[in-house]
Amino acid sequence: MAEVEPRSHDVLIIGAGGAGLRAAIAASEAGASVGLVCKSLLGKAHTVMAEGGIAAALAHVAERDSWQVHFRDTMVGGKLLNDPRMAEIHAREAPQRVRELERWGAVFDRTRDGRILQRPFGGHTHPRLAHVGDRTGLEMIRTLQDRAVATGIAVYQECTITHLTTTDGRVSGAIGYWRADGRPAAFQAKAVVLATGGIGRIYEVTSNSWEYSGDGHALAYLAGAELIDMEFVQFHPTGMVWPPGVRGLLVTEAVRGEGGILRNRLGERFMWKYLPDARRHEYAETDDEAMRWVEALTEGRQTDARQPPELSTRDNVSRAIYTEVKEGRGSPHGGVFLDISYLPPDRVRRKLPSMYDQFTELADVDITRVPMEVGPTQHYMMGGVRVQAETGATTRPGLYAAGEVAGGMHGANRLGGNSLSDLLVFGQRAGVAAARAAGALRAMPALSASQVDDALAELEEPLVRGAGDDPYRIHQELKATMQSLVGIYRTENDLDAALASIAELRRRSEGVRVDGPRAFNPGWDLVFELRNMLIVAEAVTLSARMRTESRGAHSRLDHVLSDPAWEHLNVVICPDGLAMRVEGTPAVALTDDQRTLVNKG
Amino acid sequence: MAIGLVFTGFIIYSLISSLFWLPEFGVAYEVEGYLSPFFSPLIAPGLLPPWFSPAILVLWIPLGFRTTCYYYRKAYYRAFFFDPPACAVGEPWFHRRYAMERKFPFILQNLHRLFLYLAFIPLAFLWLDAFLSLRHHDGWRIGLGGVLLFVNAALLSGYSLSCHSLRHLVGGGLDCFSCDARTRARHGLWQRVTGLNRNHAMWAWASLASVIAADVYIRLLAIGLIGDPALRF
Amino acid sequence: MAETILWVLRGSDRESARWIEYRVETEEGMVVLDALHWIQANLAPDLAVRWNCKAAKCGSCSAEVNGRPRLLCKTRLSDFPEGEAITVEPMRAFPLVRDLVTDVSWNYQVNARIAPFAPPADAPEEAWRWQQEDIERIQEFRRCIECFLCQDVCHVLRNHETENEFAGPRYLVRVAGLEMHPMDQGDRLAYLRTDAGAGYCNITKCCTEVCPEHIRITDNAIIPLKERIADRYYDPIRIAWRKLRGGSEPGEPPAPAS
Repeated sequence: MAEVEPRSHDVLIIGAGGAGLRAAIAASEAGASVGLVCKSLLGKAHTVMAEGGIAAALAHVAERDSWQVHFRDTMVGGKLLNDPRMAEIHAREAPQRVRELERWGAVFDRTRDGRILQRPFGGHTHPRLAHVGDRTGLEMIRTLQDRAVATGIAVYQECTITHLTTTDGRVSGAIGYWRADGRPAAFQAKAVVLATGGIGRIYEVTSNSWEYSGDGHALAYLAGAELIDMEFVQFHPTGMVWPPGVRGLLVTEAVRGEGGILRNRLGERFMWKYLPDARRHEYAETDDEAMRWVEALTEGRQTDARQPPELSTRDNVSRAIYTEVKEGRGSPHGGVFLDISYLPPDRVRRKLPSMYDQFTELADVDITRVPMEVGPTQHYMMGGVRVQAETGATTRPGLYAAGEVAGGMHGANRLGGNSLSDLLVFGQRAGVAAARAAGALRAMPALSASQVDDALAELEEPLVRGAGDDPYRIHQELKATMQSLVGIYRTENDLDAALASIAELRRRSEGVRVDGPRAFNPGWDLVFELRNMLIVAEAVTLSARMRTESRGAHSRLDHVLSDPAWEHLNVVICPDGLAMRVEGTPAVALTDDQRTLVNKG
Repeated sequence: MAIGLVFTGFIIYSLISSLFWLPEFGVAYEVEGYLSPFFSPLIAPGLLPPWFSPAILVLWIPLGFRTTCYYYRKAYYRAFFFDPPACAVGEPWFHRRYAMERKFPFILQNLHRLFLYLAFIPLAFLWLDAFLSLRHHDGWRIGLGGVLLFVNAALLSGYSLSCHSLRHLVGGGLDCFSCDARTRARHGLWQRVTGLNRNHAMWAWASLASVIAADVYIRLLAIGLIGDPALRF
Repeated sequence: MAETILWVLRGSDRESARWIEYRVETEEGMVVLDALHWIQANLAPDLAVRWNCKAAKCGSCSAEVNGRPRLLCKTRLSDFPEGEAITVEPMRAFPLVRDLVTDVSWNYQVNARIAPFAPPADAPEEAWRWQQEDIERIQEFRRCIECFLCQDVCHVLRNHETENEFAGPRYLVRVAGLEMHPMDQGDRLAYLRTDAGAGYCNITKCCTEVCPEHIRITDNAIIPLKERIADRYYDPIRIAWRKLRGGSEPGEPPAPAS
């Protein structure tokens, strides 16, 4: 084998966001030796950007809330395409996972009777999001990080994983490099958990961070695992649109949860027009009723008033804003107005401190005085590695996935707040399952020398190649392709064009060249991220092309209606030799009990 | 740098005024019912030799209070010790190994609270002086000197009540504010002190200026350079 | 399209690092990190800079702009006089990795030595209730994004080679958040006085000045900790009082605050 000594752990976790950290804690507490690899510094993962809160039916604010209602909301939000077993586990276990965070030192905002405060969010029947102002993700990651470190796991920071190894058909380790000096890194493990998050960097306008290049999706795919629901890419309705440098940066849904009103250039509160008829009764009927709801919220009391129309599900609000702008009623910088300035400035600053800072510091806009300008931004990947609901086991032995990289939990559209709870619930389950699987395996699987050598050679190639394309250029073209052809609205023609473009970019990417040393070289980083992003982009486009209907976050201009035939089908992607295979597969059916719950609302 | 110069000026003035401007040397510290704040409370002047300033018996308290004050520490560590001269710049070579407030003498900064307790004594007398100045020659008067004494007492109160140590003592040391009626009351106090504490630096400079102003005014009055405009009734 | 001149300190060790001039095409609202990305995409693809969220939430892109510690993603080009070159260099308090990237692993080592949150093991559900006012202080500390700018600017670490003796503002803030937690039973005062070297801080407040989260580090975290340390170790009245009551010795938790 080449010049690299592998580090051994029972459980290797790739990614140190909420899911990875929670999995690490669970696996460690289950007695496994745990290695946690992350490509950034510890505590910097994209989870820190989550703002609104953690959805869990604690029923602290609305006593009527229960896991059953949370389950129903999640399924309805996901247009019934969610894996119902995941949605049920999630709704049942989220409260316990939130309380546990508090036991580990998280400091949530309080209700008047001293319990964890919950705020309303789009698509949730009751105020349900445990939160800390608008920096809940930071609170969560810091709590988990401190806890994980205290359990004594090994943390490998700034280490990029580029390959998974397999031994006798079982995933047995990982290979990559240390970013600080570019030396190769190798790990062997009895079980590997992917917790690498999302795919935002395939789009131009995204709220996602640098890390989100679909690494886990691609690693799983390359290891032969199946991906599911890849056509469902969530566009968050409210991202910043100006200045250009921060275009796409998230404006938390909490702004609307606290009473933010969306208006177009003409001053119309346009969301009234876009409420789907089937759900109209869940929303206020008049500005007055919506205002009463906001007042009750501000004063912390119960109310009969129904929620404002701005709290419709994300897919719906995104389409509404997109349509308003497209039809010429947008704001000066191509968005719409989001107004919270009618509330007392003190309250805005207290409940939305990061938003206040973000707008004053980056856009010279004082949100306590004037409206924000916002527009849709790629935000979340509902699709991901296909996993078993109870364990997070993928379709490859020894490989687990949890968090955003895993698919199935959110169906066609994710509700705000359900991602943080997803990370906790399934991070914990994957950690336990991985530790258990590792415990059942007597010997550490040996790394195959040829796999290691091949991986290392592949790492070396772009640095030694004489001439070749520039990875930055290819990445820019990929983003432009995805943004214009595989965005909020899709057509077969666009998708075909996108596939042709992706194939061409893939061909060019195979001959990229990188200048400079191996140490902390962002161009070199980009080479492997680009490989991953191209796989993900192709999977998204192929899946979107196959689903000839509109559902949730997937809207086809050439198939504008939902097709009942597709209600029971998931699109699955898997490697087939060098090609990518895409096929429809029957969705997990709801049990009778689950169906009753869903039909209640 | 400006802060350092102003600060030095204040110190030099205070020393000269409180140690040498005595009746023995031709300048009174008490005139027309106004007592210079440096000398309050006036302790047994008759028992001291005339060249010995009675201010010495009192002045160490406010001096100690200000020297160990968290705000002044910042100011003079920066201005006098260049430790650091400003943020994100280098420091002189002789600082390489340096114990800061871990060893003598700076470890004594931890006694700030003792000076705080003591500082309330002269403060009470300064209020008393201000009120007493209202009564003069069997009549009532509101003179400019009296106003200065009141302003001075108020600013010094602001300075003392905005003290970091006081903030800790009234409630900062608690971990739970809402636990019972007593901690809730202390939380209320803590919030007030916290509000004042935000502007501790302002209180520090304003009260220093008011002490000097009151002293200058009384000395000018004593040597007859100015008169004391007053409402009398 | 306007042009801005950036001087970036590049290299793999402090001695041989060189200032390189880049002319960057700029548009309205750009931050320094945007300019560096433009350089990567157009002039120097291997320019090393650490960044993640580009939204001032992760604290990765710390560096020194015109000599002042800042987050690159939050520093707007328009904050500087037009036409004048802007310098960008790595944080000085940490070992250099390459270009603008420094090795901040020391911070994580310090963090690992802090005794973790320690609630009572058997506290019933009902005990986990407290009011917003009990936690507002801690919530301020927990806004910390660990950008380490306070560690970088702190003259004790930057100029005095005290890495083994002083934990730095970031970790005093973390300890303050634990010590003031209504449920925490840990006792970190001995640690603070000795290993963490709280006495090294001479409250000159540069950490507060650079904190991008506007945490009032000195006033709200460090000074209150210094006062708690004084309660136990330096206040002669309290020490005498504890002795009289036959109370605990230094090193043990003090009697409940009077």
